[in-house]
Amino acid sequence: MSEERSERKIRVLVAKPGLDGHDRGAKVVARALRDAGMEVIYTGLRQTPEMIAESALQEDVDAVGLSILSGAHMALVPRILELLRENGLDQVKVFVGGIIPDEDIPALLEMGVTGVYGPGTATEAIIDDIRQAVLGAPVN
Amino acid sequence: MLETKLAASVLEGNRLALARLLTQIENGSAQGREALNELFPHTGRAHLIGVTGAPGTGKSSLVNQLARHFRQKNKAHPEQSDSPEEAPRVAILAVDPSSPFTGGAILGDRVRMRDLSGDSGVFIRSMASRGSLGGLAAATSAMVQVLDAAGYEIILIETVGAGQAEVDIARLAHTTLVVEAPGLGDDIQAIKAGILEIADILVINKADRPGAELTERALKSMLQLAHPTQHEFHHHGLFESRETRAPDNPEEQNPGTAPIWIPPIHRTVATEGRGIEELVEAILRHAQHLRETGEWRRREAARMQAELDQLLRETLVRRWRSQITEEQYHQVLKELVERRVTPWQAVTALTEGER
Repeated sequence: MSEERSERKIRVLVAKPGLDGHDRGAKVVARALRDAGMEVIYTGLRQTPEMIAESALQEDVDAVGLSILSGAHMALVPRILELLRENGLDQVKVFVGGIIPDEDIPALLEMGVTGVYGPGTATEAIIDDIRQAVLGAPVN
Repeated sequence: MLETKLAASVLEGNRLALARLLTQIENGSAQGREALNELFPHTGRAHLIGVTGAPGTGKSSLVNQLARHFRQKNKAHPEQSDSPEEAPRVAILAVDPSSPFTGGAILGDRVRMRDLSGDSGVFIRSMASRGSLGGLAAATSAMVQVLDAAGYEIILIETVGAGQAEVDIARLAHTTLVVEAPGLGDDIQAIKAGILEIADILVINKADRPGAELTERALKSMLQLAHPTQHEFHHHGLFESRETRAPDNPEEQNPGTAPIWIPPIHRTVATEGRGIEELVEAILRHAQHLRETGEWRRREAARMQAELDQLLRETLVRRWRSQITEEQYHQVLKELVERRVTPWQAVTALTEGER
């Protein structure tokens, strides 16, 4: 019988890139992910894309959640995706939440973002999507 | 990335490989263990510094400042090359508790460590305790070994001190800092006597707050009462005292040559970087003291023993478990719950008898 003791936890980085200072939404999501059994590396406000990529690498996360309320998503997200790729983190799933106009969502998904969530999204939906994306199958 | 090449990549300085291996170790995989077997001969160089204390004492900010200072160390010596490559590489392992109900965790210590971002000589990793009761995760020791082998000469291990946690960290680290802060509701009675057995250095952080003087006096009077003696850790957590001469004046320090080390008390304001240089000097003095008295080797031996026994326990339980079917186990459990057998009879049935 295998002697492996595996205890696979989903590790998610939650970060607020750029200059916007409202972190309540990010904290609500972070707590919901914890309550769903995930390990949340919460890095907080004013993260640069470089800091986010560095944290994602060191922490070997499965997913990155970006909270962007400032409207700067079309500048920040491509840069973050690029840095993740440069660091060999292509498999990391990126989720974006905050104030994202509907017309930008297709472009974000095209870039490689896995999910985009506007205000009022039920946290259960985000949790299910992360599990699906990381584990490959929905968990009931 | 092939698992067999993981160890080699780590030794070459590949940070992605290091991060991946840490995950393997944390999850207890066979590949992780194999890689650690290869890396183990490269361990033993790092100075392990434990930082523990109640929530709200500012440990993360303190760790951030300590790491910054270690990274800048060589710039204080212009006669040496002041290229950043000369400064020791610093790893930080920040352990936070997992929720006992959901198994999840918020690992927020990185929030306080922004100053260290962009420095390729620093590696920060957050860990959840994953059900371990002692404040450290079961895998912490193994992860420290990987960081040691990867060339990080200073490894700061940050953990919340609660109950037995201080003992765990003191068993693992060469130098243990216990962090207090004034005005947290910790009055004189609440400062645990156990701190004095565990702490190599006492830190009063947030020392600009009212009550710092009171906290320091409380710690000093406990130090005087306690007459700290040299001690050894055994794997089951018992202490063995050695007879030593207790100094009349606990302030008296002669760390390089004295047979015993009295924990000094240092005031800091971590968010402002105050008191950090003196604290780092105390840490380095402590390391020197350990090496000169042979205590470094003794602590290493005690740590190895603790780890050996821990791994033996886990392995033997796992092996036994694999010989028992779920049905057998639950059958015996059912009998126990129904009080038809006693706990010891249940154990005998599962480990020796045929039911």
